[in-house]
Amino acid sequence: MSLLEIANLGKRFGGVVAVDNCSLSVATGSITGLIGPNGSGKTTVFNLVTGFIPRDRGDVVFKAQSIAGLPPDQIYGLGIGRTFQLARIFPRLTTLENMLVPVRRAGWRALLSQRQWSHEQDRAMDMLESMDISQVAGTLGGALSYGQRKLLELAAVMMARPELVLLDEPAGGVNPVLLERIADHIRQLNAQGVTFLLVEHNMGFVMKLCDEVVVLHQGRVIASGNPRDVRANPAVLDAYLGA
Amino acid sequence: MNTVLRLPALKPAGLGLALAAALAVPLISDPGTASMAVFITMYVGLATAWNIMGGYTGYISLGHAAFFGFGAYTLGLFLVHLGIPAGYQPFLLVPVAGVLTALLAALIGWIALRTRAATFVIVTIAFMFMLQLLAENLVNLTGGGAGLGLPVPSWGGDFFAIPFYYAMLALAILGVTVSWVIRRSKFGLGLLAIRDDEDKALAVGVPTRAFKLAAFVISAALVGMIGGVYGYFITYIYPQFVVDPLIGISMVLMVFFGGLGTLSGPVLGAIVLEWSQLQFAYHFGASRLYLIFYAAVFLLVIRFLPQGVVPSIADLVARRRHGRAAGPPGPASDSAEPPTRIRPGLASP
Repeated sequence: MSLLEIANLGKRFGGVVAVDNCSLSVATGSITGLIGPNGSGKTTVFNLVTGFIPRDRGDVVFKAQSIAGLPPDQIYGLGIGRTFQLARIFPRLTTLENMLVPVRRAGWRALLSQRQWSHEQDRAMDMLESMDISQVAGTLGGALSYGQRKLLELAAVMMARPELVLLDEPAGGVNPVLLERIADHIRQLNAQGVTFLLVEHNMGFVMKLCDEVVVLHQGRVIASGNPRDVRANPAVLDAYLGA
Repeated sequence: MNTVLRLPALKPAGLGLALAAALAVPLISDPGTASMAVFITMYVGLATAWNIMGGYTGYISLGHAAFFGFGAYTLGLFLVHLGIPAGYQPFLLVPVAGVLTALLAALIGWIALRTRAATFVIVTIAFMFMLQLLAENLVNLTGGGAGLGLPVPSWGGDFFAIPFYYAMLALAILGVTVSWVIRRSKFGLGLLAIRDDEDKALAVGVPTRAFKLAAFVISAALVGMIGGVYGYFITYIYPQFVVDPLIGISMVLMVFFGGLGTLSGPVLGAIVLEWSQLQFAYHFGASRLYLIFYAAVFLLVIRFLPQGVVPSIADLVARRRHGRAAGPPGPASDSAEPPTRIRPGLASP
């Protein structure tokens, strides 16, 4: 059963076709990889799904409900979290505050209330501990190392208990030890029921982690299936090698 | 350990002392000083209100004088056109001026907050000048360039400033309280997130447009109420003096001086800079020499205290504590905490 369905999605930037009639689905409980050469439209697909840029055509359906046209905060509220290509955190907030920003509260009274802080802080600290960064809970985000920022970004996005998380290059710019830790965290969260769609250039990481891989080239889906089949697909090899 | 234990008790005691001193100002001072105190408390309120928008969200509005002037005209027009007599009654209309200013801010904010950064600054300035032009040209309503005369209270010279001082003080306390509540809330955390990275905030579910608009409206409503009291205090209002860019710039400078986005910074900035400005006025008459002083302060703050006085002092104290906790200087360690470490809660200097 699909958690996310993208149907005939299209986006142009002036004369450049970034996403061209793109259709793909993400199964509930899966870790799906979205790969393709540079400029193939992967991040644009993320931005279209999460409402950061308006689509020209097509539809995005999440849990059998169209989310096309909704603003990013509402899409997040429905259960789709995302991270960015370069880890983005709030540099002048502490690590703990970074964790509390995504917590959702309904109504102005709750937004101005202090009552729920301790419960939310406990959950945030648990999450930081599970990511092994609880020791920097009181440190400003701007003072964290890049690896800590990557882990913090992943931990923070989980605070609102999203059902689907879009990870944009989770392995980008991190050392092999941290890479393994990030993969473990993704597997653990996936085992708890979180579905992942990830964009990644590190093929080893994708092949080890993903159940399903979708390949984009020039904004179109050129192949999809299990990682082994996709790797052997001639169209994929052509796209990557430019043959 | 003892210092940590004493701090929670010291804070309310210090606040209580400051409040008692503020309440006692008119009782222990001459009319001239009471009049100065009106202006200082006015700017405490204005800077604090501006900080709710500019400091917490990072959206620098240079057009807040529009709300100040609108509040002044709203109260003035009510008094003149409804025939409300001078005395204490006009103070009851101050919240009405606040509500109407909030409505205007909602309209302006709805448009202006579609822009960011420098564009937002320019749009707010443009709105301010539009309002000034309206006040000058709607002669039948506002009196235009000839000004609008408000009823003058019959209080004696020695007493005249005192009710205005307490009204300004009440509004300043209201502003600081509102700012404090926001700073500690989830809403405030959302505003600080917007200041740091608006797109990221949007990605993690912060309804940025609603939050920014709410902060803008709250900020403007407070400024409008203060403008209302100011208009009644000076009893004759002109477009160029109440919708005055210098009033808007002063708020901004005071916040930058004290510490952008902090609770106590705007209060400190307003007290220091407005007191200095009044001293200039006292010693050099109505000349605008104080503008040179303002420019010099602005340059010095940017050069030496880019974060403002309060965060710079907090940083210095944190560095000293960190240095003391770490013992004598030794080789740099990877595990050493940076001086930017804050208690594991909400960072609110």
